[in-house]
Amino acid sequence: MPTSLPADSVGLVTPQTLHFDVPLALSCGRVLEAYDLIIETYGELNEDASNAVLICHALSGHQHAAGYLSMDDRKPGWWDSAIGPGKPIDTNRFFVVALNNLGGCHGSTGPRSINPETGKPYGPDFPIVTVKDWVNSQVRLSDRLGIQRWAAIIGGSLGGMQAMQWAIDYSDRIANCVAIASAPKLSAQNIAFNEVARQAISKDPQFHKGHYYEHDVVPKTGLALARMVGHITYLSDDGMREKFGREMRAGKLSFDFDNPQFEVESYLQYQGERFSTSFDANTYLLMTKALDYFDPAAEFDHDLVKALSHASCRFLVVSFTTDWRFSPERSREMVDALVAAGKSVSYAEVDSAHGHDAFLIPSPRYMGIFTAYMNRVADALGLEPSTQKENQDAR
Amino acid sequence: MRADLEIIENWIEPNARVLDLGCGDGELLAHLQDAKSVSGYGLEIDHGNITECIAKGVDVVEQDIDKGLASIRNDSFDCVVMTQALQTMHRPDVIVEEMLRIGRECIVTFPNFAHWRARFYLAFKGRMPVSKFLPYTWYNTPNIHFCTFDDFERLCVERNIRICERTVVDHKLRDRWWIRLWPNMLGEIAIYRITRQV
Repeated sequence: MPTSLPADSVGLVTPQTLHFDVPLALSCGRVLEAYDLIIETYGELNEDASNAVLICHALSGHQHAAGYLSMDDRKPGWWDSAIGPGKPIDTNRFFVVALNNLGGCHGSTGPRSINPETGKPYGPDFPIVTVKDWVNSQVRLSDRLGIQRWAAIIGGSLGGMQAMQWAIDYSDRIANCVAIASAPKLSAQNIAFNEVARQAISKDPQFHKGHYYEHDVVPKTGLALARMVGHITYLSDDGMREKFGREMRAGKLSFDFDNPQFEVESYLQYQGERFSTSFDANTYLLMTKALDYFDPAAEFDHDLVKALSHASCRFLVVSFTTDWRFSPERSREMVDALVAAGKSVSYAEVDSAHGHDAFLIPSPRYMGIFTAYMNRVADALGLEPSTQKENQDAR
Repeated sequence: MRADLEIIENWIEPNARVLDLGCGDGELLAHLQDAKSVSGYGLEIDHGNITECIAKGVDVVEQDIDKGLASIRNDSFDCVVMTQALQTMHRPDVIVEEMLRIGRECIVTFPNFAHWRARFYLAFKGRMPVSKFLPYTWYNTPNIHFCTFDDFERLCVERNIRICERTVVDHKLRDRWWIRLWPNMLGEIAIYRITRQV
């Protein structure tokens, strides 16, 4: 068991669950009477609550964005590279909140939770939630934490979409919107990939129309397939060539269908297998629907400029050259609309071989831009400049 | 601050919306934000400069101007500025037209290839001029479309572009009285304020 954690880590963290009992009206027309949101926080909220940063997660993310849950935790949170003392989202200056969204499977109310009306898990009856619904629930969370205005709301991919929705719907409550590797709406190709994933899950005989909990089974095969398809879209052709090429596990062709022969097959199977035992299939279906439905311009005559003209925060938009899931062109659509709407925006297209996953992988230029922007956010708010002070707790 | 930037500052209205093409490290926009409360963006492709702009609080968009400005709407800026970059463009004429499309007014600065030092270098050495101010050799220079003040003004006449103002300075960007006697021979850098002829 390791006796110390990295110096630039937020250290040991403990999630907390907040209960909300004011009914939340959802886009689908249904109402969630009560719900829980699970969160983690890093750093300290200052007296006037002006240093708060909200982290919105992507498709399979959750509240554990940084730090370690125990001393023998093998890996830190999913965005530990960007959150911590001296990192782009510097916890010496900012108070960081990360949550698991409604419909999730990491502690917030979702399909696995008990439906108070039936006494059984919601399963497929959990309402379809949208990015807009998530933002509304996050507003309740802000109120509970005493945060009137977020210094920044930050997210990659689907997380960036939530940040954008905040900027449009609650312009007085967000000072900076950081949308990384994101898009203003999904393309037909994006939706197509999501549909393959959904079909893989729902056609799994163990799925039982979403009521698999009652049968004490999990549609592992379908969920693994869904993850494999998704995973391909997170990587780039170059990146896969670099990582796997045509390397073979046994060094030669075996002329059978029994085992994975190429390294890339084995890697995908491993990723799918691991995911299928840790993630909930109904949540996966919900998250892909939230992606498909996201289209903030739809309410504004399908005019993104009109939608964004409601925003008053500053924007940072970052894309990655080999990302073909949400390509640089998709980020440019946002940037062009922001420029046309006369909003404050900076944009960078970062060279990376890592495809869509690049937003989770630190690279010097990416981290340099991120740091420069966040320092500016902190300076503008007059937050104490970063010191090298040791984070005492947890060590 | 660079002297040409000071001259440009005087030509920009307070609270204007400004687009700076090839904005470098954002020096001009940062200054204009403080001094004249302008808003706007820089376009830049150099990675270090982009990060520097962001650190300064200057809005910057990573965009290759040579690939066009089609993404920007007509008349969306009060002033479009391009300092010392016209001669590096693949099609300076196209970019000038584009600047006039998206901006009500444009400010352009570029070095004069008909300055006496350049003429002397070419006439007597028989080689492409190299100077401290323009230190590149012909094969590695980013300056692929040199022109003279006269050339530029001819382009303006051909394309119906009105020259509102012109300041001609030396390479240290000083305004000298004698330069005005024969600008195309004695001036090294020109700063033009142009607009679409109506």
